[in-house]
Amino acid sequence: MEPSTKPVLYSYFRSSCSWRVRIAFALKGIEYNLVPVNLIKDGGQQRSEQYSKLNPMQQVPAVEIDGITLCQSLAVIQYIDETRPGPRLLPVDPKARAKVRMISDLIASGIQPIQNLSVLQKVGEEKVPWAQHFINRGFQALEPILKETSGKYCVGDEISMADICLVPQVYNAERFKVDIGRYPTIRKINETLVELEAFKVSHPSHQPDTPANLQA
Amino acid sequence: MAPVLYSYFRSSCSWRVRIAFALKGIEYNLVPVNLIKDGGQQRSEQYSKLNPMQQVPAVEIDGITLCQSLAVIQYIDETRPGPRLLPVDPKARAKVRMISDLIASGIQPIQNLSVLQKVGEEKVPWAQHFINRGFQALEPILKETSGKYCVGDEISMADICLVPQVYNAERFKVDIGRYPTIRKINETLVELEAFKVSHPSHQPDTPANLQA
Repeated sequence: MEPSTKPVLYSYFRSSCSWRVRIAFALKGIEYNLVPVNLIKDGGQQRSEQYSKLNPMQQVPAVEIDGITLCQSLAVIQYIDETRPGPRLLPVDPKARAKVRMISDLIASGIQPIQNLSVLQKVGEEKVPWAQHFINRGFQALEPILKETSGKYCVGDEISMADICLVPQVYNAERFKVDIGRYPTIRKINETLVELEAFKVSHPSHQPDTPANLQA
Repeated sequence: MAPVLYSYFRSSCSWRVRIAFALKGIEYNLVPVNLIKDGGQQRSEQYSKLNPMQQVPAVEIDGITLCQSLAVIQYIDETRPGPRLLPVDPKARAKVRMISDLIASGIQPIQNLSVLQKVGEEKVPWAQHFINRGFQALEPILKETSGKYCVGDEISMADICLVPQVYNAERFKVDIGRYPTIRKINETLVELEAFKVSHPSHQPDTPANLQA
């Protein structure tokens, strides 16, 4: 029997970085096997010796695909885009592509790492104001950028990696009670995106490891 | 028209872009932005229009303004001739991005100026913790991917990210000796012209006491 060649995604239901990859797989119509990694239980399953071999950063996501193991969600997403058919996740035009990467990196480097679990665990008691501060700082920057770049979506009228990064970051913002109403362009684009099938099927409330009380 | 780079001599993210320009042989105009003086010139109304994140670098190129160093570097790579900054092979390219993002998302943002200013007194142990955590992960990854450089034997965006991060690590007194692969690759890279000419000790805004 032929071994499965489906990609394997190590994911946590509520990890925004894992969600990005789930969205990308859904947009491309790629079937994959999902292995849940619980970031809280057992001292954090991402810290196990076995998982550390897959991703020595001890973070999700990690992906086994085409015989290699990849970490870092945007590296995974661009690899998928460059090797699989289906809708492009980055535009053809180099300037538009640069804007997609700029917006993606603003979120994936400029906001999320500063409010991710391991940093918040180190911050301790002040974690909520900390997260709010850095999310607001990032969204204050993203709002005028998106005003300039957006059409129907973050960059023009085609869904891109920027949109893939935006929705999970808005979800994080809402978890930390950031007032999205302050960012009308972000809110409007998010509202459009969350209605799309790829964003729904990959949503944290619908994952194999979503706790019962958080299922939609 | 030559690109314009808004840069701080000691900003590792600015240094990445300076390396990329040097590797590609692209001449550019450098506008220094002092992150400390005047409450931080990156916070000025004028600069905020260029980069609303109030960070360096920002680049004006081909009629657009770009921020985020890796977006700039890949734009340069895709529009300028010269040595490739990302490999042709998709798997190798993914590894270059993985290593670059490990540094540019997984380490640097957590120890950058605005975060350290918020951490306050404990900033040095904080920075050491997160740099060590990142290097502990990077070391086994590089053992697997590296040849002469981070990924095989061609210089890439991963190398462009590595050297400035090692510089940051040394500033925070992280013991690079614990990471032999990182150290060895760094030692090879810092001898190259593109990494030397772009070094923080040689910039127009390098303070006199820090010049090489």
